[in-house]
Amino acid sequence: MTDRRKKKVKVLAVASGGGHWVQLRRLAPAFEGADVAYLTVEPSYRPEVGDARFYVVVDATRWNKVKLLRMLAQIGIVVARERPDVVISTGAAPGYFAIRLGKLAGARTMWIDSIANVEQLSLSGQKIMKHADRCLTQWEHLAAEGGPEYAGAVL
Amino acid sequence: MIFVTVGHQMPFDRLVRAVDKWAAAEGRSDVFAQIGNTDYRPSHIRYTAKIDPSDFRRYMAEADAVIAHAGMGTILTALELGTPILVVPRLGRLMETRNDHQVATAERFLALGKVEVAMDESDLPGALARLTGKRRTPTIQAQASPQLLACVRGFIQGSERPK
Repeated sequence: MTDRRKKKVKVLAVASGGGHWVQLRRLAPAFEGADVAYLTVEPSYRPEVGDARFYVVVDATRWNKVKLLRMLAQIGIVVARERPDVVISTGAAPGYFAIRLGKLAGARTMWIDSIANVEQLSLSGQKIMKHADRCLTQWEHLAAEGGPEYAGAVL
Repeated sequence: MIFVTVGHQMPFDRLVRAVDKWAAAEGRSDVFAQIGNTDYRPSHIRYTAKIDPSDFRRYMAEADAVIAHAGMGTILTALELGTPILVVPRLGRLMETRNDHQVATAERFLALGKVEVAMDESDLPGALARLTGKRRTPTIQAQASPQLLACVRGFIQGSERPK
């Protein structure tokens, strides 16, 4: 007899620090019913996620190539261990890597560009757009055919 | 208490200096600032470089008003807690951040009626006067809009194939 219980969807939720993390946390109600692991750059966020699995990688911006490589390697290990069904990110660099590596591992991927990017999509957002399955902007005026879509905001 | 915060990434001397001057001029002794990597050392307000996230949230909750750079984490936290907030955008040309995205953020949130804005430090005293008249009211929910939550939930639970 086959097991009819539906297996929980495994989600890897990724954000760097500050506003990116605050925005990811505001999406938490959408993760209910899924098996969520968080990946960020700041160890002191751990108490916010309760019992969820929590990974910390080195913080880096696009100007520090050495740290970026370390971040890439660390995220590779997390993705290999988690084997997520879905990768979701509110940015920035760790989200870019997690979506690229998640795709390689067969995950469905969603990028939600930070609400701070009012005038144009973030640089990481522009770069990830052709790779992510869904790319969302939080500003209606930035939505475009063949570009990011608008489906509400974290506000 | 007035809580000042400029984040942890880059210095913001212009804001910290302006608040320090204002506190001296007004004789305020109830200002506390998180100044990050800022070089300027205030002499009229209490300050610290870094604050843990949980303490940060407590200061934001206890403050009567917040003065901050136009960082999204700070703005969203203030709106969640209902603490009136005045933002001073960092400027790209002064190397306070990589570009002028904080100006655009400040303008949008001002237009939405969510924040007070001082576009430069000379506006600060006037903007602070406007801010102090504001009541504490939670202005946003602690979670994303129903539309965005539905979209994300649908994506997670959906059977969309990867492209």
